[in-house]
Amino acid sequence: MPEIVKDIKIENKLGIHARPAARFVQLSSRFSSDIILKRGEEEVNGKSIMGVLMLAAPQGSTVKVIARGVDAETAMEEIEALIKSKFGED
Amino acid sequence: MKEKVFSGIAASPGIVVGQAYLFDVEEAAVSPHPIPEKSVGAEIARFEDALIATRKELINIRQELADRAGRKVTDLFDAHLLVVEDRTLIAEVVKGIEEKRLNAEYVFQSVIKEYTKAFLQVEDGYIKERLSDIRDVARRVLHNLTGSKRADLASLEEEVVVIAPDLSPSDTALMHREKVVGFATDAGGKTSHTAIMARSLEIPAVVALGNISAAVSTGDPLVVDGTSGQVILFPSRATLARVKREQTELLRFETQLEELKDRPAETRDGFRVTLAANIEMPEDLPSVVSHGGEGVGLYRTEYFYLNRVDLPDEEEQYQAYRKVAKTLHPASVIIRTLDLGGDKFNSALEIPPEFNPFMGWRAIRFCLERQDIFKTQLRAILRASREKNVKVMFPMISGYGELKRVLRIWEETKNEIRRQGVPFHQDMEVGIMIEIPSAVVMADELAREVDFFSIGTNDLIQYTLAVDRVNEKIAYLYDPLNPAVIRLIDQVITTGHRHNIWVGMCGEMAGDILSIPILLGLGLDEFSVSPVIIPEVKKLISSLRLPEARELAQEVLSYRSADDIRAAAKKVISRTAPRLLKAEQSRVRPAGSG
Repeated sequence: MPEIVKDIKIENKLGIHARPAARFVQLSSRFSSDIILKRGEEEVNGKSIMGVLMLAAPQGSTVKVIARGVDAETAMEEIEALIKSKFGED
Repeated sequence: MKEKVFSGIAASPGIVVGQAYLFDVEEAAVSPHPIPEKSVGAEIARFEDALIATRKELINIRQELADRAGRKVTDLFDAHLLVVEDRTLIAEVVKGIEEKRLNAEYVFQSVIKEYTKAFLQVEDGYIKERLSDIRDVARRVLHNLTGSKRADLASLEEEVVVIAPDLSPSDTALMHREKVVGFATDAGGKTSHTAIMARSLEIPAVVALGNISAAVSTGDPLVVDGTSGQVILFPSRATLARVKREQTELLRFETQLEELKDRPAETRDGFRVTLAANIEMPEDLPSVVSHGGEGVGLYRTEYFYLNRVDLPDEEEQYQAYRKVAKTLHPASVIIRTLDLGGDKFNSALEIPPEFNPFMGWRAIRFCLERQDIFKTQLRAILRASREKNVKVMFPMISGYGELKRVLRIWEETKNEIRRQGVPFHQDMEVGIMIEIPSAVVMADELAREVDFFSIGTNDLIQYTLAVDRVNEKIAYLYDPLNPAVIRLIDQVITTGHRHNIWVGMCGEMAGDILSIPILLGLGLDEFSVSPVIIPEVKKLISSLRLPEARELAQEVLSYRSADDIRAAAKKVISRTAPRLLKAEQSRVRPAGSG
């Protein structure tokens, strides 16, 4: 099973709040790969809105994104693009 | 009964009088009871049915809201829907039912309680507020599980003011302005979804009142003043008279704005300026038209490049530019070329992260290096110019040599298109944004090369005062009325006019109530602002006389502090358009904007 791990910095002003969390979950749910988000000790399922909200990643923090599965590469690319675009906010 | 005043947070403007309706969402009473092994499957199915029913409810609410308040607010329900679809949550409940052999209501409620506990520990206030979204969904699921009917604000019989400990976004979404004339809650904040929704539905509201729901009974007369953030219980006759006066004044003011819509922006003594709109995409056009915008003074084109992994081609851009130009014809449309970088990126371009992105590889600097991308855009702009109402504007010009390079590429692209026999406007006006102090210093030389200047105040202020306004510690230093900023703007306008070119402004300052009289007096020819504030800007311009604006401008050019400038501007506006000054002071600024 291909697995890709990447540290990505959250750059939008309010961090991953409600709307970005929703967009993150909508995007990761499109892939068959498991998407896992880690920040410090916390580890959550990237397809769970409750999980992603609870991570409460603020601006400037770095999250570890893990994509595991057949489409891990595309998943990581698109997730990275979403975070880098600041979820289309600011 | 004696009048009693409660103070909270002004969440949605407007002032209303009405009878209270106490709305208290009772939590469904849930107790554990065991499930026989053979019924575990059925219990899980019951839980799933409740999720499906809740999902349907939420989709209906979202649809109704979209019809009444527009697409933007419906995003607020995306998180709601995702909660009902949350795999981790669902898996936990299913597992709980299987292992504990307890009823779905009880297991679901305990899982939600665990989440609530965890959420309360999150430091971030914004995330904490999302807890109300989760509770909102959870309540709906529980009601669907127990089959109990919930109280509902959609089916009110008479006009009321709703009073509640808290209101969920979905409760708020179901309010109708004809029945709910206003609302007030114990809890809430300015950025809560409930407050955002109230503003979209134009229902006056005050939140964070502490204990209003305990003090009010259904039927009590009260006033909700969503502009000042007050609720007045048992209003006296004098208070009611004052409210009446304010309502009349507000209504008159709104009528005046409406009447101005189809008139040009003109001072009382007949001096005309152009009042145009800033837009991002063709979808913004209806708003430009409905607010009476005179064309577009800034068409930002970054939108094409954001949130995607590839690059937009010429055709895609051409279609969008053409649509905007055609819709607004004969009014003019100023298209600004790509202003990527700083805080706006496209993932296909692999712009490397920088320590100081606002001073880095962005906008025209990027375009000069990636001429393939630049020329694609220029071609699209040229092709869209057939009706002769398109103008082009280059961002981030810092000096003469750079401008000459840009203009050379512009001429090359024109020649290419000409050779291909594609029709376009041969004498299209070309302008530059003045947003770097060095461009102000060199304005004399730059003015000889272009047809207009447009002052980009957001960057000009940040570069001039060396203030990153996103940094909260120093944001107070970011001030459009800083005397250095006013003097720079004066310099740009004077230089432009000396070379017979017009000077506009497309930064936020052009829509700032206190700055407008000064800008008008300095001779600014064009104001380009966000479509929604066009009526207010027009109202202000039309209540001023040119000589008094000029006098104000001359006066503040000699001032040494922003406070003095602010006081002088306030004095003029309080004499000419006091209502606008009041609106300015109580303006609700959405979180996370710009």
